[in-house]
Amino acid sequence: MEQALSVGIDIGTTTTQLVLTRLLMEDTSGYFSVPKVSIIGKEIVYKGGIHFTPLLDDQLIDLQAVRSLVSEEFRRAGYAPGDTSLGAVIITGEAARKENAAAVLEALSGFAGDFVVSAAGPDLESVIAGKGSGAQQYSADHHCTAVNLDIGGGTTNIAVFSQGEVQSLGCYDIGGRLVRLRPDMTIEAVSPSAALIASARGLALGPGQRAGRGELDALALAMARLLEEALGLGEPSPLLEQVRTPGSSVLCPPGDIEAIFFSGGVAESVYRPAEDPFRYGDIGCLLGEAVGKSRLTTAFRPVPAGETIRATVVGAGSYTTTLSGSTIDCDDRLLPLKNVPVLKLTAAAEDACFEGRPEPLAEALRHFRAQTASDLAAVALRGRRNPSYPQLKDAARAIAQGAAPDHGPLLLLVEEDMAKALGQLLRPLLPAGQGLLVLDCLRASEHDFLDIGRPVAGGLAVPGVVKTLVFGRKVHHGI
Amino acid sequence: MLTQTQLDRLTDEVVAQLLRRQDTPKAEVSIPAPALSPPPPSSSPLPEEQEPVDITSPKVRKTPLVEVPDERRRKALEQMMRTTPARIGVGRAGPRLKTQTLLALRADHAAAMDSVFAEIDPALLERMNLPAVQTRCRDRNEHLTRPDLGRQLDDKALKQLRSFCKPGADVQLMVSDGLSCRAVEANLERILPVLEEGLTAAGITLGKTFFIRYGRVPVEDVVAEALGAKLVCILIGERPGLATAESMSAYLCCDAHVGQPEARRTVVSNIHKDGIAAVEAGAYLVDLIGRILAAGVSGVDFQTKQRPAQKEASL
Repeated sequence: MEQALSVGIDIGTTTTQLVLTRLLMEDTSGYFSVPKVSIIGKEIVYKGGIHFTPLLDDQLIDLQAVRSLVSEEFRRAGYAPGDTSLGAVIITGEAARKENAAAVLEALSGFAGDFVVSAAGPDLESVIAGKGSGAQQYSADHHCTAVNLDIGGGTTNIAVFSQGEVQSLGCYDIGGRLVRLRPDMTIEAVSPSAALIASARGLALGPGQRAGRGELDALALAMARLLEEALGLGEPSPLLEQVRTPGSSVLCPPGDIEAIFFSGGVAESVYRPAEDPFRYGDIGCLLGEAVGKSRLTTAFRPVPAGETIRATVVGAGSYTTTLSGSTIDCDDRLLPLKNVPVLKLTAAAEDACFEGRPEPLAEALRHFRAQTASDLAAVALRGRRNPSYPQLKDAARAIAQGAAPDHGPLLLLVEEDMAKALGQLLRPLLPAGQGLLVLDCLRASEHDFLDIGRPVAGGLAVPGVVKTLVFGRKVHHGI
Repeated sequence: MLTQTQLDRLTDEVVAQLLRRQDTPKAEVSIPAPALSPPPPSSSPLPEEQEPVDITSPKVRKTPLVEVPDERRRKALEQMMRTTPARIGVGRAGPRLKTQTLLALRADHAAAMDSVFAEIDPALLERMNLPAVQTRCRDRNEHLTRPDLGRQLDDKALKQLRSFCKPGADVQLMVSDGLSCRAVEANLERILPVLEEGLTAAGITLGKTFFIRYGRVPVEDVVAEALGAKLVCILIGERPGLATAESMSAYLCCDAHVGQPEARRTVVSNIHKDGIAAVEAGAYLVDLIGRILAAGVSGVDFQTKQRPAQKEASL
């Protein structure tokens, strides 16, 4: 059995958190079979505190403060940054739109270990939170459709899972910190989406005004109504589309949702009203109560989440990494690789490859390289189930010719288990010294980006993270 | 009492109804009560447009035979059925299997039997350019009843072997029908070229690959002694089960000799379309053979030599 320490860091609109997870990997195949390395266990070894995200002003994340916060958490956990080999830093909610997000990710990626991913985007967050809360596992274990609502400070990330698979994703600018209050109950700030909802309901809520409990409750209620609409309880109003997070998918709630999970900071007060609803200086507790009383908890069966406020960070630490197949062709010198854009071949281009015609692949690559700045491209294929030798030979020849080898290493992702054979046939067709990486059992789609870590389990498999940085797809195939 | 004609007509009707049911699973099958009324004159055998249904096709196998009115439960059951080749979700008729399940079982059993008793397609050996030798078994019956003879080659066979195989290669590959010719026919053309090309590319010398009729795994030990190959590898058809009759295995042995313990062999099993794809198994074997040659041992000794290294690498 092999272990790897994975770090998850979530920098959200409101809070910043860190968890350390130990992933246990083992060859689970029998003695008489081809190896199959799987992640057999996940154990959270350290849960950090919940810190307010340090901001320099409304727009800028305080880079220095975030760094020292993470460094302090590592020290308290008793680990050095170099101990982690996997993981993800994710900037979520409204924080992801702050202008220095990229710089923060850069700073932390270098800081927190050798293979730490930077990922962002509302759809990916929804998936990560839904896995961290346990909704995905529940839907797989109970063979049902379950929805997770991760209600944070700035956004509500929604993920619908059916039989363990992502069914639909969505994200709305509805959260507990969209209205911030001073201790004397005057309004400090109102986010654009909260202002939009307030004005649609005829509520007077502006910065500097004294907030009345009645108005704030009415706003929370309006937000809960919008969430009901998002999940298909009632006709969606035009307002719902207006508060949809830019770049998120349009949620298509299926009719058979059975269980509902709540995670995120607001989830804490869904089931249990807070004693002092304004202790955080925002409307989070009121929103939680409104959701708790809404039809969301009666139309669907509420299931307590395994993680609430930490769902996203736990998801980032434990569920972003997948392992490739265990029969792969892998040039270790190329690893680790970060942010490789994925070129998903069309069915027609792929068929052409298997018929030995390189032109469609060459054309797709030319087009792709013209559009992306990256020199690298990972070509994703579905592959063939139990391919014949001539088919494989034709594909290898077409790929060798079509993927003009003067562009650095050749990276291939195949869904079906055929990477080692394809790699073996490809190698003699490539110029000597050409880097080659053929991985299977990883699924990626157009517009995804791929990080690949160093091999694990004695070199049998490599960990990979498929990230979606470009927004607005209906179904996420990545992690 | 029913007359023969009545009985025939009744049988035709029931069969027709069963077949219709394949298309529309919700249709109720009602077997007409024979004594009460004569069958309507219009009743005919199979309608012509009726497509025959292959009950051994993957689609039909994965369709539940139990009535599940609840859509969600039905989906859950279908999902479970996709995860296992076991015959679940098949329901029952009283205490027994349903007719369709019984027929599918018998079809699978027949395929297994056929596979055991079949002879290898000579055209395949010709296409693959594989010379054939035969163990001391004279026919299939003897192969099944005398496992000892399936492990031996007589002088004539050994002489043949030496005539087309140059001795002293690093690796000697061989193919045998074993207990399933269909396994060889389904996988050989996929696995062998990948294996031969990969080993050659890795700088490993190969003797001429050949076919052994009526072989058992330990016959590779006789070949190893006769040809002096460092490592022998036999690709052999496995005893068919009811899940697949096309499963092939590779048994590898370093410095094999007759009478050695079985623990000295390394095996890669389950090579078939629903197990590990044959081309991928070939590429894996290239890797594995390289590592076994480097280690100088195979079987349990090889495993114990490999595993501690992997354990130390972990935290």
